Amino acid sequence: MTAHQPTSRQFKKNVTAALANENLQRAMRSTQSGFVGKRAKARDALPEFDSLRDAARDLKNHTLAHLDLYLERYETEVKASGGHVHWAETAGDARRIVLDICRAAGAKTVNKGKTMISEEIGLNAHLEENGVRAVETDLGEYIIQLRGEAPSHIIAPAVHVTVPEVDALFRKTHAHLPADRDLSELPTMLAEARAVLRQKYFEADVGVTGANMLIAETGQSVIVTNEGNGDLSQSLPRVHIVLASIEKIVPTLEDAATVLRVLARSATGQEMSVYTTFSRGPRRAEDPDGPEEYHVVLLDNGRTGMLGTEFQDMLRCIRCGACMNHCPVYQAVGGHAYGWVYPGPMGAVLTPSLIGVEEGGQLPNASTFCGRCESVCPMRIPLPKMMRHWREREFEKHLAPAASRYGLRFWGFFAARPALYRRATGLAARALAALGRGRGRFAALPLAGGWTRSRDFPTPAPKTFMQQWKER
Amino acid sequence: MTGPAPKPRVALFVTCLVDLFRPRVGFAAVKLLEEAGCTVEVPEGQSCCGQPAYNSGDRETAKRVARTAIEAFEGYDWVVAPSGSCAAMVAKDYPELFRDDPAWLPRAEALAGRTREIVSFLTDVLGVERVAATLETTATYHDSCSGLRSLGVKAQPRRLLASVDGLTLTEMTDPEVCCGFGGTFCVKFSDISTKMVGDKTGNIAATGADLVLAGDMGCLMNMAGKLSREGRPQKARHVVEVLAGMADGPAIGEGA
Repeated sequence: MTAHQPTSRQFKKNVTAALANENLQRAMRSTQSGFVGKRAKARDALPEFDSLRDAARDLKNHTLAHLDLYLERYETEVKASGGHVHWAETAGDARRIVLDICRAAGAKTVNKGKTMISEEIGLNAHLEENGVRAVETDLGEYIIQLRGEAPSHIIAPAVHVTVPEVDALFRKTHAHLPADRDLSELPTMLAEARAVLRQKYFEADVGVTGANMLIAETGQSVIVTNEGNGDLSQSLPRVHIVLASIEKIVPTLEDAATVLRVLARSATGQEMSVYTTFSRGPRRAEDPDGPEEYHVVLLDNGRTGMLGTEFQDMLRCIRCGACMNHCPVYQAVGGHAYGWVYPGPMGAVLTPSLIGVEEGGQLPNASTFCGRCESVCPMRIPLPKMMRHWREREFEKHLAPAASRYGLRFWGFFAARPALYRRATGLAARALAALGRGRGRFAALPLAGGWTRSRDFPTPAPKTFMQQWKER
Repeated sequence: MTGPAPKPRVALFVTCLVDLFRPRVGFAAVKLLEEAGCTVEVPEGQSCCGQPAYNSGDRETAKRVARTAIEAFEGYDWVVAPSGSCAAMVAKDYPELFRDDPAWLPRAEALAGRTREIVSFLTDVLGVERVAATLETTATYHDSCSGLRSLGVKAQPRRLLASVDGLTLTEMTDPEVCCGFGGTFCVKFSDISTKMVGDKTGNIAATGADLVLAGDMGCLMNMAGKLSREGRPQKARHVVEVLAGMADGPAIGEGA
């Protein structure tokens, strides 16, 4: 097994299960308003927030237009600092590179800071299969690793888990601790996880982290965390591996600061996350600590294929999670229903790009185009527009159901002939109106089960507006 | 000085759902526009804005239908729709739909620039500040997504509703969150749509209002259908019915 196999194809089945999962629904209800309210507060407290979004968008557009240039500069800087850069075209390449580094280091245990790229390439399973133990050190990641699950949110991986579930999980896993301890609050859980994980930091031979950004002019990688686990994961082991995808690059430190100003505000409503850590190369002679080896694995995995297409703007994404925090579809079903690594609106665009529209094509269809995601995206990514592009690709490739394709063409034939359209729709409406006369609404209608299963359907007017207007 | 400015010549874009399910909304729109000093015409050549095809990925059909609309609505000072969704399709999406079509792009852009959603047209273009309507009720207002996010319709309906005699507006929790209609979404992803509209009707009911108002028939049919299925007492009406003093008669989905 490599990564968990995608289940995006059976999105609807996943949705049914998610809606029936009471724990999930309880967990989603309890976090929903938190993220939204905190972001709104942070935005309101910073008058230049929207102009910072423009600046962040522009700098990322510039970077993507010169991606090769900045990546090469970054590589030069990392090498100059004594680090190594590994280019990984595919997920398999990245897995192999990481395993090779671990083997060369004689590693038995790898400590991990939170990284979505690790999820994307299915790193943990690959390491375990090859005799290397991977230990997640982010509280949320630790919880889902114990549960044998994938993250359901890109910044809050265990957002689908309720507090009582964590309580039970910790009591079972940490059986050596007093049974009567109080675990009802998040800080006490964090403290317990921290105490358990503390020892593991000293046992790990290799630390793997992601990167929120890579800075071309300095060769630095930046991580943004709230628990400090990432810092320990990258500074205590002998070897530090940074796993990052190529679009994480920004040209300068100044640019990184611009992105940081919108990142935490959009994600959690914080002005800054608790820890923002810049790393560059292995420890130098005068450094009190730090790794002996510093490696960066740069993953493409389909991203260069998005350049120059209508999906290029997606590469501006800084993984703040604001789109899913504000998405009513995500909030209804949670992240696992999306069936792969990236959920919510950003996942609905990215998943078909990275694993194919045949597998991920349901996701961009599962949107009302309400536009709330785009309205909060710090990088101003036109997410609904890109979901529509996926629908267009599906339509062109004849992946949309035949009935729907022919139905649309049939409908279009009439709609482009207004007089005929009016006659046809008017006729249908009159028939329906006659059927529902006096009742005002239908509780069931043939062919409209998707509607009437849960809602009444209004009876059409006996005469259309156009008829009445003419007869007036 | 010359005489008074000529009356703006406004084409009413009726929209499919108003035409078929709620003609009263069309007449309410005409009344409001005429009272605000417009000459209103209803072009014969109109049908649909093309959104069902556009949002289903069928760009060619969407363009075919959009060309029909462009032809129907050319030559008016303004085109006004009692729907944020259909108005946004014309005003925001037509130029993008014809971006690679040099013959039609200028016509699409010209129409886009003259197309407005009715309530924001009354306030922002005609400067209407109050209406002469009375309705003794407590209402809550749902912000339909396209109107809100594509066209910036938020304060305008509330401002005009505040001038309705006897009406108290009570805000619901999350008025800006989608009701789950989404065109074909509501039947393609019926389960998610049901969950979303259930959250919405819960928020509507929690206000204790008698009436939910909105500017789009799709959302209203969705919310009304859920409210009645749940046996809740709240009724649903299009906001222009109230503003035009035409909120008598059966509400949406109510028997005659």
